[in-house]
Amino acid sequence: MQQASTSTSPEPLLDVDNVVVEYPVGNKIVHAVSGVSLQIARGETLGLVGESGCGKSTLGRAVLQLRRPVSGRVLFDGQDLTAMQGDALRSMRQRVQLIFQDPIASLNPRRKIGDIVAEPLVISGVKDPVRRKQLVDEVLSAVGLDPALVVGRLPHEFSGGQCQRICIARALVLNPEFIVCDEPVSALDVSIRAQILNLLEEMKARYGLTLLFIAHDLAVVKAVSDRVAVMYLGRLCEVGPSEQLFAKPAHPYTALLIEAIPVPDPDVRPMETVPVGEPPSPIAPPSGCRFRTRCPRADARCSEEVPELRAVAPGQFVACHHPLIAG
Amino acid sequence: MTDNTLLSVDDVVVDLPTPRGNLRAVDHVDLRVGAGRTLGVVGESGCGKTMLSRAILQLLPKKAKLSGRVMFDGQDLLQLSPEKLRKLRGRSLAVVFQDPMTSLNPVLTIGTQLIETLQEHLELDDATAKKRSAELLAAVGIPAPEQRLQQYPHQLSGGMRQRVAIAIALSCEPKLLIADEPTTALDVTIQAQILDLLAREQRRRHMAMILITHDLGVVAGRTDEVAVMYAGRVVERAPTPALFKKMRMPYTEALLAALPKIDAAPHTPLPAISGRPPDPTRPLKGCSFSPRCRYADGRCHNEKPALAEAESREHQYACFHPIETGVGASV
Repeated sequence: MQQASTSTSPEPLLDVDNVVVEYPVGNKIVHAVSGVSLQIARGETLGLVGESGCGKSTLGRAVLQLRRPVSGRVLFDGQDLTAMQGDALRSMRQRVQLIFQDPIASLNPRRKIGDIVAEPLVISGVKDPVRRKQLVDEVLSAVGLDPALVVGRLPHEFSGGQCQRICIARALVLNPEFIVCDEPVSALDVSIRAQILNLLEEMKARYGLTLLFIAHDLAVVKAVSDRVAVMYLGRLCEVGPSEQLFAKPAHPYTALLIEAIPVPDPDVRPMETVPVGEPPSPIAPPSGCRFRTRCPRADARCSEEVPELRAVAPGQFVACHHPLIAG
Repeated sequence: MTDNTLLSVDDVVVDLPTPRGNLRAVDHVDLRVGAGRTLGVVGESGCGKTMLSRAILQLLPKKAKLSGRVMFDGQDLLQLSPEKLRKLRGRSLAVVFQDPMTSLNPVLTIGTQLIETLQEHLELDDATAKKRSAELLAAVGIPAPEQRLQQYPHQLSGGMRQRVAIAIALSCEPKLLIADEPTTALDVTIQAQILDLLAREQRRRHMAMILITHDLGVVAGRTDEVAVMYAGRVVERAPTPALFKKMRMPYTEALLAALPKIDAAPHTPLPAISGRPPDPTRPLKGCSFSPRCRYADGRCHNEKPALAEAESREHQYACFHPIETGVGASV
């Protein structure tokens, strides 16, 4: 099997190599992630899009070893996280952080903001309380909150947008290199979403971060990503530079996703969508190409042969037997 | 006003008592919906759009205080007896909520729920009701409808459940369908299918619809008129093409600008709206948007602008400093 490297960088900060994640449900197995490979260069933001149940969050967790892959490797700065245990993994986790979708649910309601943001420092062994306070104040100011006003308060006193600022502060306090952002703005209103997306971009520049940005909203992903990976039912469909992928999608699923976005312009009549049905269950994914049951271009080959990622344009890779652009 | 008005909402106020004081959820709102027309109601969380729809449906929380007038199909809903209201809801006034899992009864089969609705409002025998139920499921795009009738809501996907909720809402041929964030819980490809389904059934049945959403993109191509709500009030209202061609209220403009655009280059900073909506238990003296508005001056902070007519009778906005130049769809 020829596995194309989808990165342009010779030494990616993160190298996800053929990762498989499966978990049992009753006596069946959910094929959540089925052999995904991708690389993220230092300083890059890779957007990962797909619909509910496509395995994008599971992949994010597998990268951080919060869910151990069944097979495959996750190399972070050259070290294989899947081979690490205990203390080695814990110390590595200071360099990688996670931000979740629901900012209110991811803050302990009984703890004060100052303690919540200081917690990672306590765990990583910063013993001096004065130093901790200084770091907490610094990071809270960086995310646009006034430390004097927030450290003594509880999460319920804050709005969703402010709670997400607090979550971002907690993720940044250890000065990590890499953050997995799992649907960080999906729960927020439009006017607040823009604030948080801008904040993530500012923090990325200020802290020199590399991001894996997971979301279901293509426009949101495009706003922050250098490259975008599209996932469907546990596999990658397409990876490419953001602008190129949106201008010339090669995978029929990418094209469908782009077409389905509601455009805020009454002159753009919404296309009466082709009745393409719903994604099949990841418990019994279709043979061959997993998108074939909803794909207008599918033929016999698509049910027999799993399409491998291959280059169709510089930096753009597609897993499709009948791509929309010729390779 | 045109005489084909099906629903008119006049000076509706909804007050909710809370431990922190009175919360004015809906603040003097007027609306009209003509027969067969679609009104989009757009706003963010807490703007009062859901409370407004519940005021129309008379499904407000018990503690809520409602004043004003809601005329639907020649009847004043606020004066109807609970018995008459119950007959009206589900019959000529139907609703689809955001989360189909909470609007469907988890312990009854899809068939039981459809047949129950049909027999509540129409005099149908069991066989006819069952046949009609299967037809309705087929009409909303559910494959193998006969089998689906035997299934429970948890056996269906989110998109399929929302189709069932729509089938129930459409079952008695309502004159007005209120769809409250009907696709917010769904994936983008499913959202497009459900919005298409609603539009198709609406045309076929010549039904009026109120489409409540936080997404300007959803209302753009699918409504005749849009009302934008902020802090309990309608702050701008216009025929959909006119609104997108020329937004006058700075909030509407800012809301559109804050949406990430699919054709913008990556890493383009978004024109975010600073701050957040006011606390609804602490009403402001002036315009509710003034603390976040870049055009606001002393007058805006001290005086509440009325929803006034602009260049056309249909285009209204509540603003002392409306935007003069055309923005909107071209961004």
